[in-house]
Amino acid sequence: MKRRFKVGWSLILAAVMLFSVVACSLPDDKVVRVYNWGDYIDPTVCDKFEEETGYKVIYDMFDTNEDMYTKLVNSKTKYDVLFPSDYMTERMIDEDMLAEINFANVPNYANVDSTYKDLSYDPDNKYSIPYMWGTLGILYNKTMVSEKPTSWNALWDEQYSQSIFMLNSQRDAIGATMMLLGYDLNCTDDDAIAQVKQKLVDQAPLVLAYLVDDYKDKMIAGEAALALAWQGDAVYCIDKNPDLDYVIPEEGSNIFYDTVCIPKSCGNKAGAEAFINFLCRPDIAALNAAYIGYSTPISAARELMGEAGANAIAYPDLSLYKLEIFSALGDKNKIYDMVWTEITTSVGI
Amino acid sequence: MKKSSKLLAIPLIIWLAVFVVVPFVIIIYYGVTVENDAGVISVSFENLKRFADPMYLKVFLRSIKIALISTMVCLLIGYPVAYILSRSASKYKGLIMLLIMMPMWMNFLLRTYSWMSLLENSGIINSILQALGLDKVQFLYNEGAVTFGTVYNFLPFMIMPINTTLLKLDDSLLEAAYDLGAKPAQRFFRITLPFSMPGVLSGIAMVFVPSVTTFVISQLMGGGKVPLIGDIIEKQFRVVNDWHFGATISLVVMIVVLSFMFVINRTDKQDAGERSMIL
Repeated sequence: MKRRFKVGWSLILAAVMLFSVVACSLPDDKVVRVYNWGDYIDPTVCDKFEEETGYKVIYDMFDTNEDMYTKLVNSKTKYDVLFPSDYMTERMIDEDMLAEINFANVPNYANVDSTYKDLSYDPDNKYSIPYMWGTLGILYNKTMVSEKPTSWNALWDEQYSQSIFMLNSQRDAIGATMMLLGYDLNCTDDDAIAQVKQKLVDQAPLVLAYLVDDYKDKMIAGEAALALAWQGDAVYCIDKNPDLDYVIPEEGSNIFYDTVCIPKSCGNKAGAEAFINFLCRPDIAALNAAYIGYSTPISAARELMGEAGANAIAYPDLSLYKLEIFSALGDKNKIYDMVWTEITTSVGI
Repeated sequence: MKKSSKLLAIPLIIWLAVFVVVPFVIIIYYGVTVENDAGVISVSFENLKRFADPMYLKVFLRSIKIALISTMVCLLIGYPVAYILSRSASKYKGLIMLLIMMPMWMNFLLRTYSWMSLLENSGIINSILQALGLDKVQFLYNEGAVTFGTVYNFLPFMIMPINTTLLKLDDSLLEAAYDLGAKPAQRFFRITLPFSMPGVLSGIAMVFVPSVTTFVISQLMGGGKVPLIGDIIEKQFRVVNDWHFGATISLVVMIVVLSFMFVINRTDKQDAGERSMIL
């Protein structure tokens, strides 16, 4: 028995080793190395791509843009396809890390709506295609508010004291407050930052908690009336609890894009372009959007999604709102961090 | 014989070198350097000055305060439990021990999340309070909740070492004291307590050190309103992308924890000396 056990393990080990040797020994032009966010693609898509094109997909995942960037800069691993968010795409273009996409190999790019082209992080559409997008807004419980919130000011309304969740995400919280006070989303002016800080310190006693992912379940359970929330999360929460609704405040907000890019250091540009082309095919984009729950920039995909593709929360009329894209803050990141730490430590003790 | 025992130590030495010494050197390197806009790295203590900001010191002091309170509470709860367990002849002793250990077999995050759903406003405990006609209590998202989470998660680390030392206490010592007319309190303070000191001290170290550096508990139970030093360090790596500042804070925390351990160790040695004098 024991012996058989050992043999079993050796076989498994040998298989793993053999597999890794095979994977390593495949020539670069037969492999597409994809580096994406965790849980950010329909699990069947890579298999379908392998079947149709004969490429082998090697798939790695990251948690934050910063993790992805650090790994790309510091390690020898070659990636062919990356999924940075808007501000990180901009930074990588600035640092000359991305290759220009040969759009002759990506005919499906024509499926991407023109609304989602010529965006500030890649103004000439040379380096990236949009993968998913969303907005920042207020998720609220209709049974717990006295009137429908329309302004960011609702998050400062004393009648909702201890019934407000804020995102524990400094860019989003500070960005929303900048818009409320009439500044640009990406403002780094010292005076504006000081005002925003004071505004958020004033808000702190009203806030029940600063959360990131956990606010979704708590809003569904009716723990609080209002939450600073991302659109994709709002779609998910409203689906679970119909008392909830989502609004993009009148002062304007953030619109974010997760993009698909090819790093200059890639080993198989043609394969990367084939993969990107595949992602832009309406049926594949529909699979991904349905799985992830975020909004796709490909309207032909929305049509394939039935009700989910017509969801008014997931696909608001963007022309009605003042929406701005995050840009890379560079060194000012530290100031945002100091300000945010000061805000979250201002209560208690 | 001697040679072969030296050879046996090689895996440990390699392990320590790769997973302790090298990372430590890397932290020191990052901790005492800064990178300017052009990407040039130079030696500087600028980050240490940055950490001296009252805001960060406030967070650090709070971490120490919560860790100290948690350690005290763990000791006050843990010592009697360990004492009773070690003295008891009950046939349920094994079962009780199992019940103390069992939560530790479950994932730590899972346990903390369970407490959140027990304690939240629409949670089970508040629902019961409401059903009894009482007012809801805001349990979560404050310092008390973080302290509670820390105590809950680290209590077994206090009970185990104390219990282990107490099990080794020879009953004949207590009997001798009894024969010589020592009262129960005298027997406890002159024999049992000094004897269990090594267990108490290692329990204190095993609770204090992880409490002072925790970050998940404060994020979940504190709802982001009670950031601890661990949260600040985590953010430097994952959000701000300033590894140098993160490493500087880690170094400072490490020095404080090491000094704490040093004091504990010295007390332990002095104590051992006194004990051998008593015995």
